[in-house]
Amino acid sequence: MEPVLISPASFKLFGFIPTVLFSVLIPIVGVGLFTYIIARRLEPIVKANPDFRFDRPMERIINVLKIWLGQYRHPRYMLAGVLHMIIFFGFLILSVRSSELVIKGISGDFIMPGLGGTLGDIYYFFKDYAATAVFFAVVIAAIRRGIVRPARYHYPESYGHDHTNEAIFVLAIIGTLMISESLYEACLVAAEVQKGLHATFLAPLTLAWLFKNIFLNASPATLQTLHIISYYVHDLTFFFFLCFLPMGKHFHVITSLFNVYFMRLERGNVRPVRYGVSDEELDDLESFGVKKFSDFTWKDVLDFYTCADCGRCSDQCPANTVKRPLSPRFISIKARDYAFSHFPLSGEFIAQEPLIGDIYTEDEIWSCTTCGACEQECPIGIEYINKIVDLRRGMVDEGNVPQTLQKPLSSLEKRGNPYGKMEKKRADWTKELEDCEVKILDKKTSAETLYFVDSVSSFDERMQEVARATSKILCSAGIDFGILGKAEKDSGNEVKRFGEEMLYQSLKDHNINAIKKSGVKKIVTADPHAYNTLKNEYTDIPPVEHISQVIVKGVASGRLKLKGVTEEEQEKVYTYHDPCYLGRHNGMYEDPRDAIDAIDGINRVEMLKNRDRSFCCSGGGLMLFYEPEEEERMGVVRVKMAQEAGASVIVTACPFCLVNMEDAIKVAGLEGKMEAIDLGELIVAHIDN
Amino acid sequence: MEILVCVKRVPDTSENEIEINSDGNDIERDDLVYSVNEWDNYAVEEAIQIVDKVGGSVTVVTVGDDESEEVLRREMAMGANNGLLLTDDAFEGSDGKGIATILKAAVEKGNYDLIMTGAQADEGAAQVGGMLAALMDYPYASLVNLIEPGDGKLKVGREIEGGNQEMNEIELPCVLSIQTGINEPRYVGIRGIRKVASVDIPELGAGDLGMDAGAVGADAAKVKRLDYFVPDMGEGAEMLEGSTEEIIEKLIEYLKAKGGLK
Repeated sequence: MEPVLISPASFKLFGFIPTVLFSVLIPIVGVGLFTYIIARRLEPIVKANPDFRFDRPMERIINVLKIWLGQYRHPRYMLAGVLHMIIFFGFLILSVRSSELVIKGISGDFIMPGLGGTLGDIYYFFKDYAATAVFFAVVIAAIRRGIVRPARYHYPESYGHDHTNEAIFVLAIIGTLMISESLYEACLVAAEVQKGLHATFLAPLTLAWLFKNIFLNASPATLQTLHIISYYVHDLTFFFFLCFLPMGKHFHVITSLFNVYFMRLERGNVRPVRYGVSDEELDDLESFGVKKFSDFTWKDVLDFYTCADCGRCSDQCPANTVKRPLSPRFISIKARDYAFSHFPLSGEFIAQEPLIGDIYTEDEIWSCTTCGACEQECPIGIEYINKIVDLRRGMVDEGNVPQTLQKPLSSLEKRGNPYGKMEKKRADWTKELEDCEVKILDKKTSAETLYFVDSVSSFDERMQEVARATSKILCSAGIDFGILGKAEKDSGNEVKRFGEEMLYQSLKDHNINAIKKSGVKKIVTADPHAYNTLKNEYTDIPPVEHISQVIVKGVASGRLKLKGVTEEEQEKVYTYHDPCYLGRHNGMYEDPRDAIDAIDGINRVEMLKNRDRSFCCSGGGLMLFYEPEEEERMGVVRVKMAQEAGASVIVTACPFCLVNMEDAIKVAGLEGKMEAIDLGELIVAHIDN
Repeated sequence: MEILVCVKRVPDTSENEIEINSDGNDIERDDLVYSVNEWDNYAVEEAIQIVDKVGGSVTVVTVGDDESEEVLRREMAMGANNGLLLTDDAFEGSDGKGIATILKAAVEKGNYDLIMTGAQADEGAAQVGGMLAALMDYPYASLVNLIEPGDGKLKVGREIEGGNQEMNEIELPCVLSIQTGINEPRYVGIRGIRKVASVDIPELGAGDLGMDAGAVGADAAKVKRLDYFVPDMGEGAEMLEGSTEEIIEKLIEYLKAKGGLK
């Protein structure tokens, strides 16, 4: 059958120039250019430090299916998420059609293998809807970015120029692709109808259907011209877009698949100083941490390339919320700009200056509480904690540590606690404990369970209450337990996260030794920071539990009996604040809630930001000693959230959260209206054994 | 510029609970942790920054026993180029002038343009810097909080009581005693100390320094400690006791009662 319109493969421009030339040239130039650009972009990745990300392929594939293909994290921001999902799935569907079109320009009758029969009919039906849906999603997205302008896309001046124009330009490109593809198709069908042939069925209310109806009465010459023009507009735009992707934030269209595959599988840990270098060999390393761009690992560089500038990390970041000089998305974007300018597409690579003082500031890097909200939110698996810690390692290695942190670090080195208190006083908090014996484990005294107290609960007056409450729970639950006393040193969770790896190692080695010597079978702690590092970073020690797990088990087994709320407590509304190192870093969201709910008649509500969206109290450990620039305390923001939820009591399960909340209640002027209590204290008040 | 910084190993006041020993002539030294005298850290940092600017080298020196080596290593981990440990049984029990005399011998063995000390030490009397300058017949500036190196001269800022600032020009070679706050001393971690762990630190005794051992040490000391005690509580003084909250409450009560708070 003679085709109703001449296809781009057979058309002759001005009657003598075969357009098939363009059909061949455009893809060759496009793919060639794209290959060159990618090769240049790969250079910083090749030059970067190693990163071991090739293990556990099944888990990685599941991540890809869930987070990349399933767009699992997108609906957390409903409107933007759904728009993105439409565009994403539309792209996936239309990629087949676009590839087919490229070849159709060379061979007019080409049909993608497999799409010749019924499957093809179904596909062509849906791809028109896909194109139409993408088109409208793009229009709405453009209105959002260009007119509504949600705050999270805002660019503070200090971080460079904003990307609104780039975003709208790309939306326009996508819109052009959708229109040109539909128009190309519509012209052909309109011509078929005009000739009274059996016309290809076009799905109603799609762009193609609309164009067909618009051009139904156009002259055959017009249809022919539009058919050819729309084809080449599509072809050119397609390859232009391909080459434009690696120029900015739309690189994620290509890199996100890989980034999600290689994303971190474990939580609660920090990567080693250098992959492939054991702890014992660390002394031989010339330099620690990230000082120059090339000190980043290849996954870091892939992260930078992949950032889509969506701003979700910074929207969730507590440091950014209280206006500390840190916004995680700019950690990525500034590094990407740096990579693009120092590894240009043509010419020599430019020598690298130290990153601190060039693109990052010291305060920016110290501002992070390592709460993990950013990583939890990123829809494409970009990581921040490892980079922040590595940048801190670099600063520590250069001696560049804020004065307020030097003292506690030196005390940790000398006395094993950040306050510089004497080791022999570490167990003094037990003196005020009544009706509960706390054994101090040594050569003569042993126990089945070790209560790892950690520094703050041992020495801070307020937090000692948490230690005493924890002991009472263990006593009431009939657990044979003891503490290490002066043999215990700080767990080092924050020492590691503040970049002092060698000090962390010495604290860890000391504690592992002491734990082993004590001969205990289990470890319990009430401090999520200690829980985190003992569970995820200490090796060769007995299993570790958080006190909330002990409570839940004790209640379930009947060994821990709790009475219901008192009359006074009936008036109160409780809310549980998820500590970062219990929740996000260790996935323990339900045990503390179950423990609270075990108190009969308790009225508990949820804050808007709960579980994996919990809002950091402002951090623990060494963070208590750091004096950030900020407009408001994180704790104050959090206390206000509790107030909005209608709560009058904030229950925490972390000594740092407790003191931060108590301070924040005072700062917010909510004394008398709001109180904070530790989970252990709440339980002890209801023990009815 | 060749710079010599005199440092001292002292019990860390922030990490110890200082108690008088049973003999009442010294503090209880079991269970103490030691560190570099805080002022000396600022002096070393300043020396390193000067050398970074104008070239030269920094040598840190201390008078003490084998254990004093750790403070030298810590300062070398900061960036001092050389260490020098002045140690001899004959040095034990020296008074301030004795220490200055020992340091003088060390200064004369080298070729230093600038000698720095901390303004004082945690358990000292702020005397060695001035005495060393006098013994050497060098110009001296105390409580220095700003240094601008020049040709054969320095511009030094001094902190004056009441928060005033004085600027002086001083000729090299000279001795300066350094006040805290002149800079922000860099952090030294375990890794830094390990890096310099095997660097050789020369030890010099009285003989090596070519000095008369009889001129220093306990016997030559003209200042002798007679007693060491916590002063009795005078009249009108009261130690507030209890938890922090209780102490605050009592304090506020007192302030209100005496009209300090209205």
